[in-house]
Amino acid sequence: MADIRVKFKKIFIYLAIACCNGTGDVLLKRGMENLGEIHLNHWTHIFNAFIDPWIILGILFLAGFFYSYLTALSWADLTFVLPATAFGYVVTAFLSRVFLHETVSPWRWAGVLLITCGVGLVARGPSLTERRTKDTALGKDSSHAKDAALPKEQHELA
Amino acid sequence: MNSLKLWTAIGMLVLASSAGDVMLSAAMKRIGDLDLIRVEKGLLGVIGHVVREKLFLLGLCCLIFSFFCLLTALSWGDASLVAPASASLTYICSAILAKFLLHENVDRRRWLSAALVCVGVLLLVK
Repeated sequence: MADIRVKFKKIFIYLAIACCNGTGDVLLKRGMENLGEIHLNHWTHIFNAFIDPWIILGILFLAGFFYSYLTALSWADLTFVLPATAFGYVVTAFLSRVFLHETVSPWRWAGVLLITCGVGLVARGPSLTERRTKDTALGKDSSHAKDAALPKEQHELA
Repeated sequence: MNSLKLWTAIGMLVLASSAGDVMLSAAMKRIGDLDLIRVEKGLLGVIGHVVREKLFLLGLCCLIFSFFCLLTALSWGDASLVAPASASLTYICSAILAKFLLHENVDRRRWLSAALVCVGVLLLVK
Protein backbone atom coordinates (compact mmCIF):
# COMPACT_ATOMS: atom_id res chain seq x y z
CA MET A 1 0.00 0.00 0.00
CA ALA A 2 2.76 2.41 1.02
CA ASP A 3 4.62 1.41 -2.13
CA ILE A 4 1.66 2.41 -4.33
CA ARG A 5 1.47 5.77 -2.56
CA VAL A 6 5.18 6.38 -3.21
CA LYS A 7 4.67 5.46 -6.89
CA PHE A 8 1.76 7.92 -7.16
CA LYS A 9 3.89 10.67 -5.59
CA LYS A 10 6.60 10.02 -8.17
CA ILE A 11 4.18 10.38 -11.11
CA PHE A 12 2.72 13.52 -9.50
CA ILE A 13 6.19 15.05 -9.07
CA TYR A 14 7.12 14.20 -12.69
CA LEU A 15 3.97 16.06 -13.85
CA ALA A 16 4.60 18.95 -11.44
CA ILE A 17 8.11 19.43 -12.90
CA ALA A 18 6.72 19.67 -16.45
CA CYS A 19 3.74 21.94 -15.65
CA CYS A 20 5.56 24.36 -13.32
CA ASN A 21 8.49 24.66 -15.74
CA GLY A 22 6.29 25.41 -18.76
CA THR A 23 3.97 27.83 -16.98
CA GLY A 24 6.91 29.62 -15.30
CA ASP A 25 8.63 30.19 -18.65
CA VAL A 26 5.47 31.61 -20.27
CA LEU A 27 5.03 34.02 -17.33
CA LEU A 28 8.71 35.11 -17.52
CA LYS A 29 8.34 35.78 -21.24
CA ARG A 30 5.25 37.91 -20.56
CA GLY A 31 7.19 39.83 -17.88
CA MET A 32 10.31 40.43 -19.99
CA GLU A 33 8.11 41.92 -22.73
CA ASN A 34 7.10 44.63 -20.22
CA LEU A 35 10.73 45.25 -19.23
CA GLY A 36 12.23 45.75 -22.69
CA GLU A 37 15.83 45.24 -23.82
CA ILE A 38 18.69 45.15 -21.31
CA HIS A 39 21.86 47.06 -22.31
CA LEU A 40 25.28 46.08 -20.97
CA ASN A 41 26.08 49.65 -19.78
CA HIS A 42 22.80 49.72 -17.83
CA TRP A 43 22.91 46.11 -16.64
CA THR A 44 21.45 47.00 -13.20
CA HIS A 45 18.20 47.51 -15.13
CA ILE A 46 17.84 43.70 -14.84
CA PHE A 47 16.92 44.07 -11.13
CA ASN A 48 13.73 45.89 -12.20
CA ALA A 49 12.58 42.43 -13.25
CA PHE A 50 11.94 41.62 -9.58
CA ILE A 51 9.17 44.24 -9.24
CA ASP A 52 7.21 43.03 -12.26
CA PRO A 53 4.17 40.95 -11.10
CA TRP A 54 4.39 38.57 -14.08
CA ILE A 55 8.04 37.83 -13.32
CA ILE A 56 7.30 37.35 -9.59
CA LEU A 57 4.52 34.88 -10.47
CA GLY A 58 6.87 33.18 -12.96
CA ILE A 59 9.55 32.88 -10.27
CA LEU A 60 6.98 31.36 -7.84
CA PHE A 61 6.12 28.71 -10.45
CA LEU A 62 9.82 28.09 -11.07
CA ALA A 63 10.34 27.71 -7.29
CA GLY A 64 7.64 25.00 -7.31
CA PHE A 65 9.46 23.44 -10.25
CA PHE A 66 12.75 23.56 -8.35
CA TYR A 67 11.33 21.81 -5.27
CA SER A 68 9.79 19.02 -7.40
CA TYR A 69 13.02 18.78 -9.37
CA LEU A 70 15.14 18.37 -6.21
CA THR A 71 12.75 15.74 -4.84
CA ALA A 72 12.89 13.80 -8.11
CA LEU A 73 16.71 14.04 -8.19
CA SER A 74 16.86 12.59 -4.67
CA TRP A 75 15.44 9.26 -5.93
CA ALA A 76 16.19 9.19 -9.68
CA ASP A 77 19.02 9.63 -12.18
CA LEU A 78 19.62 13.05 -13.78
CA THR A 79 19.13 11.51 -17.25
CA PHE A 80 15.72 10.18 -16.08
CA VAL A 81 14.50 13.51 -14.65
CA LEU A 82 15.74 15.75 -17.52
CA PRO A 83 13.07 14.67 -20.06
CA ALA A 84 10.44 15.89 -17.60
CA THR A 85 11.94 19.39 -17.81
CA ALA A 86 11.93 19.10 -21.63
CA PHE A 87 8.24 18.17 -21.42
CA GLY A 88 7.79 21.67 -20.01
CA TYR A 89 8.28 22.94 -23.60
CA VAL A 90 5.25 20.92 -24.67
CA VAL A 91 3.28 22.67 -21.91
CA THR A 92 4.73 25.99 -23.14
CA ALA A 93 3.56 25.28 -26.71
CA PHE A 94 0.00 24.60 -25.50
CA LEU A 95 -0.07 27.65 -23.21
CA SER A 96 1.34 29.89 -25.99
CA ARG A 97 -1.41 28.64 -28.29
CA VAL A 98 -4.22 29.03 -25.76
CA PHE A 99 -3.28 32.09 -23.65
CA LEU A 100 -0.81 34.13 -25.72
CA HIS A 101 -2.68 33.26 -28.97
CA GLU A 102 0.59 32.56 -30.79
CA THR A 103 0.41 30.50 -33.96
CA VAL A 104 2.08 27.14 -33.44
CA SER A 105 3.36 25.87 -36.83
CA PRO A 106 3.18 22.18 -37.90
CA TRP A 107 6.98 22.02 -37.37
CA ARG A 108 6.49 22.98 -33.74
CA TRP A 109 3.75 20.38 -33.28
CA ALA A 110 6.18 17.83 -34.79
CA GLY A 111 8.74 18.94 -32.19
CA VAL A 112 6.13 18.56 -29.45
CA LEU A 113 5.38 15.03 -30.68
CA LEU A 114 9.09 14.04 -30.69
CA ILE A 115 9.63 15.39 -27.16
CA THR A 116 6.55 13.51 -25.96
CA CYS A 117 7.90 10.27 -27.49
CA GLY A 118 11.31 10.84 -25.87
CA VAL A 119 9.74 11.49 -22.46
CA GLY A 120 7.44 8.45 -22.76
CA LEU A 121 10.40 6.27 -23.70
CA VAL A 122 12.57 7.22 -20.74
CA ALA A 123 9.71 7.38 -18.20
CA ARG A 124 8.87 3.70 -18.82
CA GLY A 125 12.49 2.66 -18.20
CA PRO A 126 14.35 2.26 -14.90
CA SER A 127 14.61 5.45 -12.86
CA LEU A 128 17.87 4.81 -11.04
CA THR A 129 21.19 3.22 -12.07
CA GLU A 130 21.53 -0.11 -10.25
CA ARG A 131 25.06 0.11 -8.87
CA ARG A 132 25.30 -3.63 -8.20
CA THR A 133 24.14 -4.75 -11.65
CA LYS A 134 26.17 -2.10 -13.48
CA ASP A 135 28.06 -4.64 -15.60
CA THR A 136 25.05 -6.69 -16.74
CA ALA A 137 23.61 -6.34 -20.25
CA LEU A 138 21.88 -2.96 -20.38
CA GLY A 139 18.97 -3.93 -22.66
CA LYS A 140 17.92 -6.90 -20.50
CA ASP A 141 18.34 -4.85 -17.35
CA SER A 142 16.02 -2.04 -18.47
CA SER A 143 13.29 -4.34 -19.85
CA HIS A 144 13.29 -6.27 -16.59
CA ALA A 145 12.90 -3.08 -14.55
CA LYS A 146 10.10 -1.92 -16.89
CA ASP A 147 8.18 -5.16 -16.37
CA ALA A 148 8.66 -4.88 -12.63
CA ALA A 149 7.42 -1.29 -12.50
CA LEU A 150 4.42 -1.71 -14.81
CA PRO A 151 2.04 -3.83 -12.67
CA LYS A 152 2.33 -1.38 -9.78
CA GLU A 153 1.45 1.57 -12.03
CA GLN A 154 -1.53 -0.28 -13.49
CA HIS A 155 -2.62 -1.24 -10.00
CA GLU A 156 -2.46 2.33 -8.88
CA LEU A 157 -4.39 3.67 -11.89
CA ALA A 158 -7.13 1.11 -11.21
CA MET B 1 27.99 41.22 -33.56
CA ASN B 2 24.58 40.96 -31.99
CA SER B 3 24.31 37.27 -32.81
CA LEU B 4 27.83 36.64 -31.40
CA LYS B 5 26.73 38.37 -28.18
CA LEU B 6 23.55 36.28 -28.09
CA TRP B 7 25.33 32.95 -28.69
CA THR B 8 27.97 33.78 -26.06
CA ALA B 9 25.16 34.30 -23.56
CA ILE B 10 23.50 31.03 -24.66
CA GLY B 11 26.85 29.17 -24.40
CA MET B 12 27.44 30.48 -20.86
CA LEU B 13 23.85 29.60 -19.99
CA VAL B 14 24.27 26.01 -21.25
CA LEU B 15 27.57 25.41 -19.44
CA ALA B 16 26.37 26.93 -16.16
CA SER B 17 23.06 25.08 -16.12
CA SER B 18 24.59 21.67 -17.08
CA ALA B 19 27.26 22.02 -14.38
CA GLY B 20 24.56 23.11 -11.90
CA ASP B 21 22.32 20.14 -12.78
CA VAL B 22 25.13 17.63 -12.33
CA MET B 23 26.14 19.15 -8.96
CA LEU B 24 22.51 19.17 -7.74
CA SER B 25 22.04 15.56 -8.80
CA ALA B 26 25.20 14.48 -6.95
CA ALA B 27 24.19 16.52 -3.88
CA MET B 28 20.64 15.07 -3.76
CA LYS B 29 21.98 11.51 -4.03
CA ARG B 30 24.20 12.23 -0.99
CA ILE B 31 21.27 13.66 0.99
CA GLY B 32 18.88 10.76 0.23
CA ASP B 33 15.14 10.54 -0.51
CA LEU B 34 13.57 13.95 0.29
CA ASP B 35 10.09 12.44 0.78
CA LEU B 36 11.38 10.15 3.54
CA ILE B 37 13.22 13.03 5.23
CA ARG B 38 10.06 15.17 5.06
CA VAL B 39 7.98 12.44 6.68
CA GLU B 40 10.56 12.14 9.48
CA LYS B 41 11.60 15.75 10.10
CA GLY B 42 9.11 17.98 8.26
CA LEU B 43 9.70 20.61 5.58
CA LEU B 44 12.14 22.61 7.76
CA GLY B 45 14.16 19.45 8.28
CA VAL B 46 14.36 19.01 4.51
CA ILE B 47 15.53 22.60 4.02
CA GLY B 48 18.08 22.14 6.81
CA HIS B 49 19.48 19.00 5.20
CA VAL B 50 19.62 20.55 1.75
CA VAL B 51 21.27 23.90 2.61
CA ARG B 52 24.00 22.20 4.66
CA GLU B 53 25.19 20.31 1.58
CA LYS B 54 28.07 22.33 0.03
CA LEU B 55 27.70 20.73 -3.39
CA PHE B 56 24.05 21.85 -3.46
CA LEU B 57 25.05 25.47 -2.72
CA LEU B 58 27.69 25.38 -5.46
CA GLY B 59 25.17 23.92 -7.93
CA LEU B 60 22.66 26.57 -6.89
CA CYS B 61 25.21 29.35 -7.61
CA CYS B 62 25.68 27.88 -11.11
CA LEU B 63 21.91 27.83 -11.67
CA ILE B 64 21.47 31.42 -10.41
CA PHE B 65 24.22 32.53 -12.81
CA SER B 66 22.50 30.62 -15.64
CA PHE B 67 19.19 32.31 -14.72
CA PHE B 68 20.75 35.77 -15.19
CA CYS B 69 22.28 34.59 -18.49
CA LEU B 70 18.77 33.44 -19.51
CA LEU B 71 17.19 36.81 -18.66
CA THR B 72 19.95 38.61 -20.57
CA ALA B 73 19.70 36.29 -23.59
CA LEU B 74 15.89 36.65 -23.59
CA SER B 75 16.25 40.42 -23.76
CA TRP B 76 18.70 40.16 -26.70
CA GLY B 77 17.00 37.47 -28.77
CA ASP B 78 13.66 35.88 -29.53
CA ALA B 79 12.27 33.69 -26.75
CA SER B 80 11.36 31.13 -29.41
CA LEU B 81 15.07 30.85 -30.32
CA VAL B 82 16.74 31.27 -26.91
CA ALA B 83 14.64 28.82 -24.87
CA PRO B 84 14.70 25.81 -27.24
CA ALA B 85 18.32 26.31 -28.37
CA SER B 86 19.65 26.53 -24.81
CA ALA B 87 17.42 23.67 -23.62
CA SER B 88 18.46 21.21 -26.32
CA LEU B 89 22.17 22.02 -25.87
CA THR B 90 21.83 21.75 -22.07
CA TYR B 91 20.09 18.42 -22.53
CA ILE B 92 22.94 16.85 -24.53
CA CYS B 93 25.64 18.49 -22.39
CA SER B 94 24.01 17.20 -19.15
CA ALA B 95 23.60 13.65 -20.52
CA ILE B 96 27.32 13.55 -21.40
CA LEU B 97 28.32 14.96 -17.99
CA ALA B 98 25.95 12.53 -16.21
CA LYS B 99 27.54 9.60 -18.01
CA PHE B 100 31.14 10.54 -17.29
CA LEU B 101 30.95 12.41 -13.96
CA LEU B 102 27.98 10.74 -12.23
CA HIS B 103 28.59 7.31 -13.91
CA GLU B 104 24.89 6.99 -14.68
CA ASN B 105 23.75 4.05 -16.75
CA VAL B 106 22.89 6.03 -19.91
CA ASP B 107 21.66 3.08 -22.00
CA ARG B 108 20.34 3.02 -25.60
CA ARG B 109 16.86 3.94 -24.40
CA ARG B 110 18.16 7.14 -22.75
CA TRP B 111 20.42 8.15 -25.65
CA LEU B 112 17.50 7.64 -28.06
CA SER B 113 15.27 9.68 -25.79
CA ALA B 114 17.96 12.39 -25.52
CA ALA B 115 18.20 12.52 -29.33
CA LEU B 116 14.39 12.63 -29.77
CA VAL B 117 14.02 15.42 -27.21
CA CYS B 118 16.94 17.37 -28.71
CA VAL B 119 15.57 17.18 -32.28
CA GLY B 120 12.07 17.93 -30.96
CA VAL B 121 13.29 21.03 -29.13
CA LEU B 122 15.16 22.20 -32.26
CA LEU B 123 11.98 21.75 -34.35
CA LEU B 124 10.27 24.16 -31.94
CA VAL B 125 12.52 26.93 -33.36
CA LYS B 126 11.09 26.42 -36.90
